[in-house]
Amino acid sequence: MVLCLTLVCLVCAAVLGGMYALTYEPIRKANENILKASIGAVLPEGVEIGALESVSSDGGTFEYYPAVKDGEAVAYAVKSTAIGFGGPLSLMVGVLKDGTVFNTSVLSCTETPGLGAKCQESGSHFRTQFQGFGADKVLKVTKDGGDVDAITASTITSRAYALAVSNAVAVAKYLAGSAEAVDTASGASVPEEKKGEE
Amino acid sequence: MGKKMSLILDGFVKNNPTFVLVLGMCPTLATTTSAINGLEMGLATLFVLVLSNIAISLLAPIVPDKVHIPVYIVVIATFVTVLQLVMQAYTPGAYTTLGLFIPLIVVNCIVLGRAEAFANKNGVLDSALDGLGVGLGFTLSLTVIGIIREILGSGSVFGWKFIPGDGILAFVMAPGAFLVLGYLMVLFNKYLKK
Repeated sequence: MVLCLTLVCLVCAAVLGGMYALTYEPIRKANENILKASIGAVLPEGVEIGALESVSSDGGTFEYYPAVKDGEAVAYAVKSTAIGFGGPLSLMVGVLKDGTVFNTSVLSCTETPGLGAKCQESGSHFRTQFQGFGADKVLKVTKDGGDVDAITASTITSRAYALAVSNAVAVAKYLAGSAEAVDTASGASVPEEKKGEE
Repeated sequence: MGKKMSLILDGFVKNNPTFVLVLGMCPTLATTTSAINGLEMGLATLFVLVLSNIAISLLAPIVPDKVHIPVYIVVIATFVTVLQLVMQAYTPGAYTTLGLFIPLIVVNCIVLGRAEAFANKNGVLDSALDGLGVGLGFTLSLTVIGIIREILGSGSVFGWKFIPGDGILAFVMAPGAFLVLGYLMVLFNKYLKK
């Protein structure tokens, strides 16, 4: 009895180990492609994407990739996370040097399917409104006195999205030298206890 | 030949896992928000069902009765993890939407149910066909529920939008899943089950 169970477990463990080794490289590549695609989508064409760097502020640590053209950083792809309705909502936000949002993309999202999860539909009005979102406009949903049109029946997701974008813009402004400190909104992008869960 | 064919057909109608056996309700209700999600979840379960049925029909004669459930669960969990790794590597898109529900196939009653009720007393080929039939039945049920919920909730089918606007939001959420499932069960049992 014990022998049988042990044998079955051993065989299964061997199969899993083998599978893990076989798929390790393809999985790494697939994840890398997703990341690359998301960075490429949020930055202007014809720029060279630099290596991953990070900057710390009260709101947490932000990872970003500088976009370099002719030896000068012209934009930043900032990874920014805010708490949505169903957990952390992680975005890649491309911000030009002057603080204008170039484009956004969703890295991970656990919002309600059919409601908040609509923030993943890249052609929707909610998403396209962020393209070229000027530094003069307020990155908050209209309900909170900002200029972002929320997704119908998904204010919390929309708020989280706007907050993540706004934090990314703050990071980019700091990196570009037009702000002295990273002015991330209170209600920090990632609360202390949630850090590292993402 | 007729017997083999009826093994597959049984999974569709007489033993339809969703509408007749009413097993595996968690993935049925949770993943059928759209047709494509239902289809992918069904195919993932089909894969595990066929392989675990084959493995269990081979193992059944040598596994002592006292430990048969743990052995089956280990075998099923192994196949599910293999599926998860493969999906992560080769279909990252599907993995993003279904990732959360793939590990739950381990505790899906359909898989363990077929192992207990069929695979451990039948031959390899019959068990494989039974897994195929039940898996296809599950896939079909999930896809149908997904199509109806997607039409009513989002005005589209397989992502192709033909009704503008938001649709009836309730059908994308859990209450809509129960409603659609309930009505389909009624229709199924009235007209198809003999």
